[in-house]
Amino acid sequence: MNDSDSNPMPSIDDVARVATLSRLALDEAGLEAARRDLSAILGHVAAIQSLDVDDVEPMPRPQDVVNRLAEDEPGPLLDREVLLRMAPRTEGPFIAVPKVLGEGGA
Amino acid sequence: MKHVNDESRQSADLNTADDLVARIRSVRDGETTTADRLEGMLSRIAAVNPALNAFHEVLDEDARRHAESIDTRLAAGDDPGPLAGAIVAVKDNLCTTEGRTTCSSKILEHYRSPFEATAVARLREAGATIIGKTNLDEFAMGSSSENCAWGPVRNPHGVDRVPGGSSGGSAAAVAADCADVALGSDTGGSIRQPAAFCGCVGLKPTYGRISRYGLVAFGSSLDQIGPIGRSVRDASLLYEVMAGVDPYDATTSELQVESPLTDGPLDLQGLRVGVPREHVTDENHAGVTERLAETLDTLRSAGVTIVDVDLPLTHHGISTYYVIAPAEASSNLSRYDGIRYGHRAEARPGEGLESLYARTRSEGFGPEVRRRIMLGTYVLSAGYYDAYYTRALKVRRLIKQEFDGVFSQCDVLLGPTTPAPAFRVGADLDPVSMYLNDVYTVNANIAGIPAISIPGGTVEDDGDTLPVGIHLQAPAFAEPLLLRTASAIEALQSNG
Repeated sequence: MNDSDSNPMPSIDDVARVATLSRLALDEAGLEAARRDLSAILGHVAAIQSLDVDDVEPMPRPQDVVNRLAEDEPGPLLDREVLLRMAPRTEGPFIAVPKVLGEGGA
Repeated sequence: MKHVNDESRQSADLNTADDLVARIRSVRDGETTTADRLEGMLSRIAAVNPALNAFHEVLDEDARRHAESIDTRLAAGDDPGPLAGAIVAVKDNLCTTEGRTTCSSKILEHYRSPFEATAVARLREAGATIIGKTNLDEFAMGSSSENCAWGPVRNPHGVDRVPGGSSGGSAAAVAADCADVALGSDTGGSIRQPAAFCGCVGLKPTYGRISRYGLVAFGSSLDQIGPIGRSVRDASLLYEVMAGVDPYDATTSELQVESPLTDGPLDLQGLRVGVPREHVTDENHAGVTERLAETLDTLRSAGVTIVDVDLPLTHHGISTYYVIAPAEASSNLSRYDGIRYGHRAEARPGEGLESLYARTRSEGFGPEVRRRIMLGTYVLSAGYYDAYYTRALKVRRLIKQEFDGVFSQCDVLLGPTTPAPAFRVGADLDPVSMYLNDVYTVNANIAGIPAISIPGGTVEDDGDTLPVGIHLQAPAFAEPLLLRTASAIEALQSNG
């Protein structure tokens, strides 16, 4: 099932990069477990590499639907107070977040 | 093995004698009331839910108020709609303005939706009483209803068996008679597989037939809402109420919705039923093979022409699905960052936003959801996008074309819903083995076609008697053909 030549399995560095892109915090054991799982799943998924799809158009949705546009008119909106009550941290009429500028050692 | 149905109510033979349609009629005829029926089901939930864990939340007060208003209107000679008297359970990934919508995830533990899913709103407008929110695999990712933030769901036919997933709570609720019918969602088999494992009818409509507005998104090009019920006509009734165009979901079809069963069950004489060779293999449980053979014999006796067909891409379906679905999930679930709603990790002094996002998501999501987000992110990342994601989208077209070809040889497809009956809770299958549960159901989602699982008898497995399902598939938007065929088979079963 696992064709490791044509489908190199992810390295720990690959998995760490994917975790960062996924915005997930994984420790070393978590990364290793994720690498094992991804390798097994990708090994199975690799079966589709054997199919000839050169002249096939990708199909992102099951029907070739046409995009429908709504009229550009104001409609009912959700109540601001209701939305603010859903936020985990607020300060007055604002959603509180940690500082954004200067992050990442800039 | 312990059953929860040993007392008066037997669910192994759900059928039209005591289905939703019959129960609604008894309310209309004044034999009982919505309120009395609701109280009966609330008592039943109190008795069996500690063992089944099918419900996250029982909306008893709201349901009582609603039931009373329905009964008052009926008594006054009003028509509260085709679902007046119906008691409906709703999968907890469908937004309701009453109660919480948790998706069985710690990240949405306290989430209350400010809006309601169109499908749920349409049921309410038709008079249905919503009794509660049902347990599921977290964000609908699973085939056993074990990936739940607050414990697994158990199968009413044997509490050491899984009910299937991800709509396991909805199927268990119907099978245990804690609701007349329930809503599920189906991304790769999540309505049909639990319906099969619990002895119910489960319908996944054509993609675009029922609005997904208010269904918490998992795989947006695969997800469909559908009913789980006691009979084909139950499923048909709910389908008809929910189906149709919705301005809040641009992928809903503008094709008119036909009443599926207006003309009654189909005359099976001359119907061409295709049986995919790939669905009749030695890998199926022996009991599944026997029940399927019996169904085919019954159909032949009724004048059906059985056609052997080939779906050679069957086994590529799972591979295709496990690229497309996680890719879409990784994108859809990126919204859960702990800022505007949902769980947020405790901030650490001096911590920046990126770190807070990552800790929030790692605390809030369970292992299977994290696994699929990672997989989806991987197949969408630079260097792998074309090899996995674009390729899977191309295979999707091949699968669609394969169905188109087969539907020129037969009217509907028939096979087992699953290779085997419900497995044991805690069987601890590895991810790939778990994913293979959906081998016969997943291609209907990939191609967007409608499919239904109806009860297909019981099988013996390791000392237990367990239900299995018969799976029917039809061309896109051919729900009337699908449901009329299913109804005819159901009638043959009850006559046999």
